Amino acid sequence: MKVYTETVVHSAPEAYLNEAPYQIAIVVRDDGSRVTGRILGDRVAIDDQVELAETRNGVPYFTKRNQ
Amino acid sequence: MRPVAVIGLGKTPFGAFPDRDLRSLAVEAGRQCLEDGQVRASQVEAFYLGNFAGPAFVGQNHLAPYIGQGLGFEGIPSTRFEAACASGGTAFFHAWAAVAAGIYDLVLVTGVEKMTSQATPRVAEILASAGDVAGEMKAGATFPALFAMIARRHMHDFGTRREDLAAVAVKNHANGARNPYAHMRKVITLQQALAGKPVSDPLTVYDCSLVSDGAAAVLLAPLERAAEFTSKPVRIAAVAQTSDRFALNEKEDITTFPAVRRAAEQAYKMAGVGPRDIEFAELHDCFTIAEIVALEDLGFAPRGQGGRYSSEGCTLPSGPLPVNASGGLKAKGHPVGATGVGQICDLSLQIRGEAGEMQLPRHELGLAENLGGSGASAVVTILRAA
Repeated sequence: MKVYTETVVHSAPEAYLNEAPYQIAIVVRDDGSRVTGRILGDRVAIDDQVELAETRNGVPYFTKRNQ
Repeated sequence: MRPVAVIGLGKTPFGAFPDRDLRSLAVEAGRQCLEDGQVRASQVEAFYLGNFAGPAFVGQNHLAPYIGQGLGFEGIPSTRFEAACASGGTAFFHAWAAVAAGIYDLVLVTGVEKMTSQATPRVAEILASAGDVAGEMKAGATFPALFAMIARRHMHDFGTRREDLAAVAVKNHANGARNPYAHMRKVITLQQALAGKPVSDPLTVYDCSLVSDGAAAVLLAPLERAAEFTSKPVRIAAVAQTSDRFALNEKEDITTFPAVRRAAEQAYKMAGVGPRDIEFAELHDCFTIAEIVALEDLGFAPRGQGGRYSSEGCTLPSGPLPVNASGGLKAKGHPVGATGVGQICDLSLQIRGEAGEMQLPRHELGLAENLGGSGASAVVTILRAA
């Protein structure tokens, strides 16, 4: 799975205020479909490979895959 | 279909007005508009209201008759239109359709939003409800985040630079400083724009439109009756409303807005003109990247070159295609539901030659683009001197 696009959110909505800054990304799954999720740990850039770390409250959390 | 004209304009300043409520803003713009068109409230046959989130921002629902009563309307159909940031444009489109179809002769379109009574994190949350709440927004996206992701991909695919985004902000701030109705009348430098406080990387506060209160109104009538009301009718040469996929992650390519492309195609065809004929434009710069993408989707700049086109000064008031001479959403302000109607007011002021310090040398054929959400709704309008 790889990163299609990403951003680090500094100005968060009310529900996630205490988590900012955090990174979100649109990730392309192996079947070609896309999903918006959170990035845990190291920041990622477009085309970086990621893997699913966990799913929390229906939101996928990805981590950067070490090459 | 019969030709339709804009025969009256009304607008409040855009800004933060703690002492004003939503209804008083809408009523002020509506009254000004009726006065400008020399029309009595009793002559208006239908009321179209553009408003995104009155219920969430101020707790009031059922807004069209609520505001209509304040304007002195009695018994006429009064309807609120909601299409996120394209709410105003959508109300305008449906009002035009009804007059063009011959259902009514005189209709009032008003757009309004009262946003500044809520704190920023709550505003972000209300705005986010225009996105996919169960998907992207649950993951922590905000509207700046969605457009930041568009910017990142545009930079990756086409080499658009941070400076190109900043050039849009610098230009719109300079334009807004000449607009007495603008929320922010402050000239900024490229260095300032580049060093702004980060909101969602790579966007800073200078890439984001403002949270504003305000209202705008236009009065429509069949062109054949326009002379009864005004010596300066503005002809609606075309207006088209379209839609597209909802969430950003459901789009094949996020660096373009297919809804805008479709609406532009339809509008150019209806008006019998092409992008090269357009003399000036008001584009939906909710974020600087949105103006860049719009330049491409509307055919003003080649695909991927919207940033360069902006940096080269092509969209300055002195350039070949002045864009957002009003200051745009960036500096004029973005009271969401008022924005689409405000764009029609700004184009009409230019065409009537009443834009004061903002007046452009070529001002007979103008285009407005109003975008909803991250591109799921779009309205493109072309106006010309009648």
